[in-house]
Amino acid sequence: MVTNAVTAIASPLKCALSPCHGFQGSTRRFRWRRNERQCARKAGHGVITAKFDLKPPPYPLDALEPHMSRETFEYHWGKHHRAYVDNLNKQIAGTELDGMTLEDIVVVTYNKGDLLPPFNNAGQVWNHDFFWESMKPGGGGKPSGELLDLINRDFGSFEEFIKEFKTAATTQFGSGWAWLVYKANRLDVGNAVNPRPSDEDKKLVVVKSPNAMNPLVWDYFPLLTVDVWEHAYYIDYQNRRPDYLSIFMEKLVSWEAVSSRLESAKVEAMEREREEERKKEEEEECGTANSEAPEMYLESDDSEAD
Amino acid sequence: MALRTLLTRKTLAISPMGMLGLRGLQTFSLPDLSYDYGALEPAVSGDIMQLHHQKHHQTYITNYNKALEQLDDAVAKCDASAVVKLHSAIKFNGGGHVNHSIFWKNLAPVREGGGEPPKSSLGWAIDNHFGSLEVLIQKMNAEGAALQGSGWVWLGVDKELKRLVVETTANQDPLVTKGPNLVPLLGIDVWEHAYYLQYKNVRPDYLKNIWKVMNWKYANEVYEKECP
Repeated sequence: MVTNAVTAIASPLKCALSPCHGFQGSTRRFRWRRNERQCARKAGHGVITAKFDLKPPPYPLDALEPHMSRETFEYHWGKHHRAYVDNLNKQIAGTELDGMTLEDIVVVTYNKGDLLPPFNNAGQVWNHDFFWESMKPGGGGKPSGELLDLINRDFGSFEEFIKEFKTAATTQFGSGWAWLVYKANRLDVGNAVNPRPSDEDKKLVVVKSPNAMNPLVWDYFPLLTVDVWEHAYYIDYQNRRPDYLSIFMEKLVSWEAVSSRLESAKVEAMEREREEERKKEEEEECGTANSEAPEMYLESDDSEAD
Repeated sequence: MALRTLLTRKTLAISPMGMLGLRGLQTFSLPDLSYDYGALEPAVSGDIMQLHHQKHHQTYITNYNKALEQLDDAVAKCDASAVVKLHSAIKFNGGGHVNHSIFWKNLAPVREGGGEPPKSSLGWAIDNHFGSLEVLIQKMNAEGAALQGSGWVWLGVDKELKRLVVETTANQDPLVTKGPNLVPLLGIDVWEHAYYLQYKNVRPDYLKNIWKVMNWKYANEVYEKECP
């Protein structure tokens, strides 16, 4: 059920939105079609399952004042985000996407750049969930621990990172998002053109994306985002996107959320690496076993073998 | 060097009010509106008109001039990769200037004819091609509402085929990016900055109301020039 609560969850939410990389970016063309369940619904049977809920931000709607006003939240979360959720649910009901995780829907409907209709809504639902959780009351300041170490290593300094992040956010012409991501050496992403194919090590990078796009389609691990659609800042900052970005960095960013996501990202990256090595070993073993198999086939083959 | 000549000639055509910069390269300046900021109310609020004109359009011009100066520099140094790198800033900011300059002329206060339906040649062409003005408006509103992100919805004329078209462009891409023979007659800005303070997330309401201040006289003038 959609909750319209002004006082939302008070305790800080541990970020549950670590990207799902179970789906390995299928190379097959995904055919999106409605299945028989829709007929059952028309006949009056069954219940329309609203797959996704409009998750409230992990703080009250006025908690980020004066930097991000309650009025902004009432429209941004209460209208824009809500519409993405409602429209996505309508689009996926009774289709093969119904029952998939949100992350999988995003990747599948990205469809190698030939966007399927639900992509826009799915991407925006995910992006906004991620965005609310990227901020907190009394946010800003500086990160610490391993996150700060990696920032220093990959950007030179925290100040350099800020500069690069703000530049990406300012030069995202039109609507879109700027991201800090953990990139774990994915050169072949299968589903999309890798925007940073030359980076080899596991490292932090800044990327930007237009409209509903997000780094899940590039198989990166998102850590932080800022919404630079005009609706995100127009009520509070009008045309002054650079001011909005400065306040976002100085007063709103939840470095705890970013650190926690980095931890999850590294664990997932390691698990994936192990899984890929295991698969490679398996294939090598199967390769030696297969050299015996043809004899079996030849014996039982009654058609073509001559 | 041919690139620079092409640019200066084009700039003369677009902005007769431009000033000559250091190397004879024109710079652009903000064109005045022929009506007060509040004159389009209640369709478009004075606050929006002022911000839209004085801040957004001015920023496009400022950044366009900056990019052109950098381009001039890169061309003089024969730095091909710097030239190529500048193209997106030029397209975005230059497009923003071109599009908004048209937009201000597309609008007029009601007492100066804003909202009056088109007559004569453009009116006939619309009826011929779309069936009626209502159908055209419905089509443009539908496409404008469906546009993801930021962009424009246009009524244009193909000057070769002498045919009206409805098109959308993303971000600040001018109509000509959809076809080299397309000439814009009317453009509606559907970037959120064009309506958010007044209409918030309800873009369809903005689209419904902006026709009340549409300057069809100007659109007809442009049309008759291309289709005499």
